[in-house]
Amino acid sequence: MLGEETVRRLLLDALAQSQVEQAEVVLLSWDGALTRFANNTIHQNVAERDVQVLVRAAWGKRVGGAVTNRLDRDGLRRAVEQAEAAARVAPEIPDFPGLPDPQPVQPVHAFDGAAAAASPQWRAQQVEALLRVARGEGAVAAGALSTGTHEVAVANSKGVFCYHAGTRVHFSTVVHVDGASGYAERADWRLEAFDVVSLGRPAVDRARRARNPREVPPGTYPVVLEPYAVQDVVGWMAHAGAGALAVQEGRSWMNGRLGTRALSELVTLWDDGRDPEGIPAPFDFEGVPKRRVVMVDRGVPLGPVYDTQTAAREGKTSTGHALPRAWAEAAAVGPVPSHVFLQEGTSTVEDLVRAVDRGLFVTRFWYTRLVHPRDCVVTGMTRDGVFWIEGGEVAYPVRNLRFTQGYVQALAAVQRVGHEAYLLGDRFESYRVPALQVAEFTFTGVTEF
Amino acid sequence: MDELVARALNAAQLAGCTYVDVRVVETTRQTLLVRNGAVQGVTWTEDAGFGVRVVADGAWGFASSHRLDLEEAARVAQLAVQIARASALAKREDVDLGPPVVQRGSYRTPVEVDPFRVSLETKLDLLLRADEEMRRVRGVTTTEAELVFIRQRKTFASTEGSLLTQEIVESGCGIQATAVGNGEVQQRSYPNSVGRHQQQRGWEFVLEQDLVGNAPRIAEEAVALLSADVCPDEVTTLILGGSQVALQVHESCGHAIELDRVFGAEAAFAGTSFLTPDKLGNFRYGSEVVNITADATLPGGLGTFGWDDEGVPAQRVDIVREGLFVGYLTDRETARRLLRELGPSPYVTGVSNGTARASGWNRIPMIRMTNVNLLPGTWKLEDLIADTDRGIFMDTNRSWSIDDRRLNFQFGCEIAWEIRRGKRTRLLRNPIYTGITPEFWRSCDAVCDADHWVLWGTPNCGKGEPMQVAHTGHGAAPARFRHVRVFGRG
Repeated sequence: MLGEETVRRLLLDALAQSQVEQAEVVLLSWDGALTRFANNTIHQNVAERDVQVLVRAAWGKRVGGAVTNRLDRDGLRRAVEQAEAAARVAPEIPDFPGLPDPQPVQPVHAFDGAAAAASPQWRAQQVEALLRVARGEGAVAAGALSTGTHEVAVANSKGVFCYHAGTRVHFSTVVHVDGASGYAERADWRLEAFDVVSLGRPAVDRARRARNPREVPPGTYPVVLEPYAVQDVVGWMAHAGAGALAVQEGRSWMNGRLGTRALSELVTLWDDGRDPEGIPAPFDFEGVPKRRVVMVDRGVPLGPVYDTQTAAREGKTSTGHALPRAWAEAAAVGPVPSHVFLQEGTSTVEDLVRAVDRGLFVTRFWYTRLVHPRDCVVTGMTRDGVFWIEGGEVAYPVRNLRFTQGYVQALAAVQRVGHEAYLLGDRFESYRVPALQVAEFTFTGVTEF
Repeated sequence: MDELVARALNAAQLAGCTYVDVRVVETTRQTLLVRNGAVQGVTWTEDAGFGVRVVADGAWGFASSHRLDLEEAARVAQLAVQIARASALAKREDVDLGPPVVQRGSYRTPVEVDPFRVSLETKLDLLLRADEEMRRVRGVTTTEAELVFIRQRKTFASTEGSLLTQEIVESGCGIQATAVGNGEVQQRSYPNSVGRHQQQRGWEFVLEQDLVGNAPRIAEEAVALLSADVCPDEVTTLILGGSQVALQVHESCGHAIELDRVFGAEAAFAGTSFLTPDKLGNFRYGSEVVNITADATLPGGLGTFGWDDEGVPAQRVDIVREGLFVGYLTDRETARRLLRELGPSPYVTGVSNGTARASGWNRIPMIRMTNVNLLPGTWKLEDLIADTDRGIFMDTNRSWSIDDRRLNFQFGCEIAWEIRRGKRTRLLRNPIYTGITPEFWRSCDAVCDADHWVLWGTPNCGKGEPMQVAHTGHGAAPARFRHVRVFGRG
């Protein structure tokens, strides 16, 4: 941890060295560790301390960027000079709106001292406790437990300065029993939420129940999706179409659906960087405060999230969802939702299963890729526990299936929503999502396990 | 730098480690992105730091930092030791690295024209001209042109006595045209999709790609695809373009032969592999025309180097020989384990074949593909098409997905053409093919020759936790596969 005052001094020093009309400096720091296990033993155990300073320099509408992880005066000066040199030769970006003006940013508390202080011994003891359970059950566990602190700060030559420090804890495990597997994952910014044995035990149970799978043919079935699978659905909807650039370029699932009931009325999807039930961050990488954006209200897509450039194109104001624009590649991605919530319902998972006569219960999806953007068509595999439902009860495990499914159509077919949401994700991106029961989901292949 | 390396090695040794290595890595990267005629990004990136990897109490520990000073070297070394001792709380056996590896020397990517000496103006001019050529085509809605240049300097030292320095230079480029209309979104990319094609070469590599000359063609194809017929749903003969064959090799062979995956090290994330040790030397992976090597010595490949990140020299090894599965990618630890499990054989030596690489100073080395290549066959592409009575030719990847044991795959391509009576006929949109890895490779009956063979670069290969993005190479030529399920999406 560098601390707010050190960060402020570094960023203001960098700005002071700048000769351009407008300059922006973003700092990202990370001090974290990850304990990884497989075959019921810790096999990789690592720690990292790093920082990135991202400089954006603008001569009028000519813009350049530079990134460094050197915090000494020479390193920062060179980054400023490189950004300015790039801006000097770059042709104008016709719709570059300039850097944002200062806006008040209300801080959000997302720093947990216990998470920041978590030691290698604590992580190893937590992992070993789970491994003891796995060994006792004849299971083989793999996974990772990570802890760390991070800082984000933005300053620009128009007077923006904002700083946020946070913590993150993340755990995931895949447990195998006789070739079958189960899964568990959680993220949080608070350590107290983490008891690895409690979190991991359901994965052991799931793996035991998933043994000796039968094969069901590809086809269209009703499904119950656990929150892990729902995160994939919501993640693709967020990344492949809930940003303004995709909508402006006509390649979003929102195109042609804004203001219409395109999804189930049980689906309400929003982004809120200030909600402590996610992994909050109060501003984006341009220093714009994050606004709560309802992307889908009871099945009706309302609109995407914006950064300064995409908002200016429509005469709107940024919603605080910019990526670091000093990264050249960020221009092709545009703004993205980063703290996503899907409204919980009232059903237990058992209720969701009871509502299905003949269908599939899916733990999670794996290796999903966008096949076509307009309907958010995605292909991928099921993984770590898929079961046949017969007469409202989980009947038997089945082999993993490949699906090719429009996620828009899947969310249009939601019939029930779970009441418990899982917090999943990373330091810059979090999802809080419940389980879903979906009337139709199309599976296009089957694998050998 | 020598002093920092010595301080870290000494601090860890004094703390009782039985093995220590230190890597100092400095990376410079330049990225230029033109989008819709405007230079949206010109970014210089400088990144430097060091990592200390230790074995203490028979277990691994690793710590790293961006601060390159002596005080930090000692702190990081001590933290690595503390972490190793924590790892030992949950160990089942001691780390076994086999005989010491002692290597000294230096390696440098040969380049004709240092890309960092070419002016920004020259690079931007190239991108803007390519972008303009695409935008001239009526119906194109979004255009992108990108250049990436990377220089990485590495120093590796170990308590076994290795001391190595390497400088790797990469150049990458790509253009992409997107057309939107009638509820469709179609894109075409050149030379490859997912941003770019990349090699360990200099500016000469970029010039050879002729981005400007190819820009009108791909833009016209993107627009034409909007009104093309959807790829039919059938089981048919499939011919894949070279870049798609390269990705097929990457996903269905390259990952499946990573011995750490096979032994479960990636079970929680990337997955495991169907190529279990009992199959080594006796499993028919493909047909007799399928010959696959892992070759870290190929000039220009993204998986080329002097030594891997354990100090093991670059090597060329057979993976699939006339269809038979004969080799894994190994590091020091997994090579020993394979020897313990199978005993010595023509396929098992107990010695690493040099594939341990880390994506940077802040990551541990793990088994990564070097240049995993489908060796050229004997066909000319035009002869192959002429020899095909009925089928589909697909090119340039659009989506890719494979299960966690690398068996069931599904790939979408940007473009396809129907083949009828030996001729490439109507254009097809949204083509997809799917299959099971060994069935698919066993159905391969023709591979094009060396004239069609390109050493493709994959600069976006993900594996590990924390995630590591590796750069891998894949030599490939167009190839033909029989009885493949293909379909489209309307």
